[in-house]
Amino acid sequence: MHRFLKYSAALWLLTTLPVYAAGSKVIATGGATSIEGGAGGGIVPWAVINGYGSSGQWSVTGAVSQVGVDDFTLNSRSISLSYDNKYELSVGRQQLQLDSMGGELNQQIIGLKYKIAGELLYSAMPQISIGLQHKKQLDFAIPAAVGARDDQGTDLYLAASKVWLDAIWGRNVLLNATVRATKGLQTGLLGFGTSSDNGYQYVGEFSAVVLLNPQWAIGAEFKQKPDELAFAREDHWRDLFVAWFANKHLSVVAGHVDLGSIATFRNQTGYYLALESTWAF
Amino acid sequence: MGILIRTLLLLALSACSNSPEPKDWLYQQLGGAPGLEQLADGLLREIEQDQQIVHHFKDTDIARFRKLLIEQFCELSGGPCTYTGATMQESHTGFQITEADFDNLVEHLIKVMTEQQVPVAAQNRLLAKLAPMYRDVVYR
Repeated sequence: MHRFLKYSAALWLLTTLPVYAAGSKVIATGGATSIEGGAGGGIVPWAVINGYGSSGQWSVTGAVSQVGVDDFTLNSRSISLSYDNKYELSVGRQQLQLDSMGGELNQQIIGLKYKIAGELLYSAMPQISIGLQHKKQLDFAIPAAVGARDDQGTDLYLAASKVWLDAIWGRNVLLNATVRATKGLQTGLLGFGTSSDNGYQYVGEFSAVVLLNPQWAIGAEFKQKPDELAFAREDHWRDLFVAWFANKHLSVVAGHVDLGSIATFRNQTGYYLALESTWAF
Repeated sequence: MGILIRTLLLLALSACSNSPEPKDWLYQQLGGAPGLEQLADGLLREIEQDQQIVHHFKDTDIARFRKLLIEQFCELSGGPCTYTGATMQESHTGFQITEADFDNLVEHLIKVMTEQQVPVAAQNRLLAKLAPMYRDVVYR
């Protein structure tokens, strides 16, 4: 919790700087920042581009999050740069604390996203983006010991996001569907590929969000995961969350996560907490 | 999850069937004729202060623009009016309106509606009617 609070405090202070313009995009349409960096929900990358920079505008977004489940704590932090509401570059760092076993695993993630079609709010067609995430596990000893082949891998994904205005009870609804090709074991935290299978696995990831008003949203996510490791079962991930967009610089997400079985530790459930700060110019 | 969605849909359906909605529901929610005049005036004030988009209006006859805006919102919301202006595509061609310009106007509209205490559901209904105009307005 200490590390999360430290980075949160730094981001919070930055949001008090009055010198940055807010960007033109409508509040909440930058989404949140996923644990892998880049715009998304909590665990799913969306077709949305991070921040509030619209056409011809830049935005910079910083985010920190913490997932705390029974036997693990995952701290993530990232910074992303977006331009023209089309291009997104993100650099992220994840630290998985092995609370019961002792030790930690660190992973760095470089993400690229490009919007290829559609407008989240305005077009009948969903907004569609392609993206990649190059991940490198910096502490490969444990992943290698449990059967991972590589310490790095590149995920590719195609995401579609759309907001339906006045969809249910007069509320706006965002749906997102993402297809990902990955070799990641527990999203790369346990390495990439195995001795028996070095092929890409294809998984689907989904988010549904109801925007209660311009500032508050509730949502649910499902992240399908491959199950490639011999020594332990890997489960799909789920979460439920509440998001608060204080203004076009600051948002907070709090949620409940169910990560299933991780490295033989079963029923890993707990909290998710994220803070994002963003500026456009 | 499946059960949750089915329950939500069922509730939404029953909510609809219990209260048949008058044709001018949105018009009434926006405050009728005086509400739409306030809305147009509020929007004009926001545009005037927005350096990014105000230049698009430098040759605009503001009184006529205001009248057409009210007519259009009135007709769109089921009120007793007929919009007498040009199509959205005709009236925006050549202005090189960008996605950012359009976003700004949407934000101004939300701000003004919120200030006038238009309920969120009515705000979203109006936005839903305006959103498809994007393709006739932007980059024309």
